[in-house]
Amino acid sequence: MLGEVAAEAISVAMLALVLGFAVVRPWGWGEAVVAVPAAILVIAVGAISPHRALVEAERLGPIIGFLAAVLILAQLCQDEGLFRACGDWMARGAAKRPTRLLTRVFIVASVTTAVLSLDATVVLLTPIVFATAARLNARAKPYVYSTTHLANSASLLLPVSNLTNLIAFAASGLSFPRFAGLMLVPWLAAIAVEYVVFRRFFRTDLNVTPAPTQAAGTAGLPVFALIVLVLTLAGFAVTSLAGVNPAWAAAAGAAVLGVRALVRRHTTPAAVWRAAGVPFLAFVLALGIVVTGVTENGLAGALMRVMPSGTTLPALLATAALAAALANVINNLPAVLVLLPLAAATGPGAVLAVLIGTNIGPNLTYAGSLATLLWRRVLREHGQGEPDLAEFTRLGLLTVPAGLVLATVALWAGLKVIGG
Amino acid sequence: MTVTVITWVVEGTWAACIDATRRLAPDNAGIVLLHVTGGDVSAAAHGAYAGLLGRGPRRDRDPGPRLAELGAASAAELLEAAARALGRPCTTMERRGRVEREVVAAAEGAELLVLARDGDDTRLGPKSLGPASRFVVDHAPCPVLLVWPRETPGTGSIPTPPPHQHPHSHPHPHPPGPGSPR
Repeated sequence: MLGEVAAEAISVAMLALVLGFAVVRPWGWGEAVVAVPAAILVIAVGAISPHRALVEAERLGPIIGFLAAVLILAQLCQDEGLFRACGDWMARGAAKRPTRLLTRVFIVASVTTAVLSLDATVVLLTPIVFATAARLNARAKPYVYSTTHLANSASLLLPVSNLTNLIAFAASGLSFPRFAGLMLVPWLAAIAVEYVVFRRFFRTDLNVTPAPTQAAGTAGLPVFALIVLVLTLAGFAVTSLAGVNPAWAAAAGAAVLGVRALVRRHTTPAAVWRAAGVPFLAFVLALGIVVTGVTENGLAGALMRVMPSGTTLPALLATAALAAALANVINNLPAVLVLLPLAAATGPGAVLAVLIGTNIGPNLTYAGSLATLLWRRVLREHGQGEPDLAEFTRLGLLTVPAGLVLATVALWAGLKVIGG
Repeated sequence: MTVTVITWVVEGTWAACIDATRRLAPDNAGIVLLHVTGGDVSAAAHGAYAGLLGRGPRRDRDPGPRLAELGAASAAELLEAAARALGRPCTTMERRGRVEREVVAAAEGAELLVLARDGDDTRLGPKSLGPASRFVVDHAPCPVLLVWPRETPGTGSIPTPPPHQHPHSHPHPHPPGPGSPR
């Protein structure tokens, strides 16, 4: 058996390698290419026992399945034209009123993020929002920045909204409706902060009255997909209250839409497989195992000293701030994996405070973390264009601290009223 | 020698610039319609994807390149619409980069640059010029024709002058002329 110091050193080195690789993505390789061997190495050298690794895999397995189902569900909704229909709805009535377009983009992006996860907002909705703004002859910047911000800050509401939530949900012991109930007001608070700041920050661009160059489209609403989505949401609550993993509701929703789309040839088995993001799922599992090696060989003890305990308002604020800081240094996914075991010991209130930090926090830095940002600066991003970093950071400084504080206060009040 | 007039075409405000160009550019002017696409919007979308750890370097999922494509297409459409609206011979020019700097660079050697105010036009004052047009007005290497994107406010929009502060003021203030400070 390895000594604890050596085991910790190896685990930390592997974690650094995995995260470094995930940020750099050299030669177009997927992140799992390094993460999976690193996890095997951590087990092989005895930094964590095979049994402990198995326990971790059993914990993360259902979460990963849940995630895969949600990713497939979002892609199928896209194939059915749901986001195109959203684009038409945003354009309608917004033709002569740029602020109304902003309001509609906020509604669509917040609901999409909450129900179909932040991946759907970033990957599927952002191009639609841009195209909608272009069609209206409006300036796209406020709207595209809204979706990138809301993908993070509007991902508080449901366990499915963010992978960080799925991981925390499993550890919190909360039911699906209770999680949503406690996060509803923090979610609204975070969105409200974004809205107020965006209205002021982009008032120049939002002051210009657009003159549409093209007529608004009239893509029909994909009624079947919408009904399946609503039933899936109801299924989350029902399964969870019945003591069944709500992942089954997501799987059922994805199965219904998937089979229908396959029969009607709207998709192919290969496309569904790609939508599930299997390398991503393998990466999450491997990262979880490597992080376990790091936390259980010493980091947990060290963090215990800085991690606030209790659910008083100052303790919750400190927890959210710590989580936001950690998310900004590396990324919010490892931040949740590291902080969760400690927060879970305190209770659901602390777990949700961690989520407020890890979900709102990434808006502070371009590309979600300093590590990614620094690397992108080094690379100077071939042909991607340069973001105005000063402007981006100013927007983050205006929204993130205020969002963190208001959402945490709302959480604290919710815990007082409906209890953890 | 022909005169070069550059008209900066921006989403939402270009129609007024085109009107002014049609009416005021000399007959022998070579008119260039300029549009600049900033890289920041597609970069923000790309950054949001880059911030999602573990999703893979998949170009088909990354919204950054997709937005750049859509942006190029919509810029081309906009310039086409502007050229149609102008109804005079002209050439179009599309540039990419920091918008205000590209405009200044494109105006090098031109005789006139036409642009619209893009700020808060509900309160006349310094804010009626947004940061980009402020930069262009300050740094343009040629004369600038600054037009209102909506109806030009009449002299009735000038507020009554504040009472004079210093003791030797004229007892009967003049009605404000066009050059008086607000």
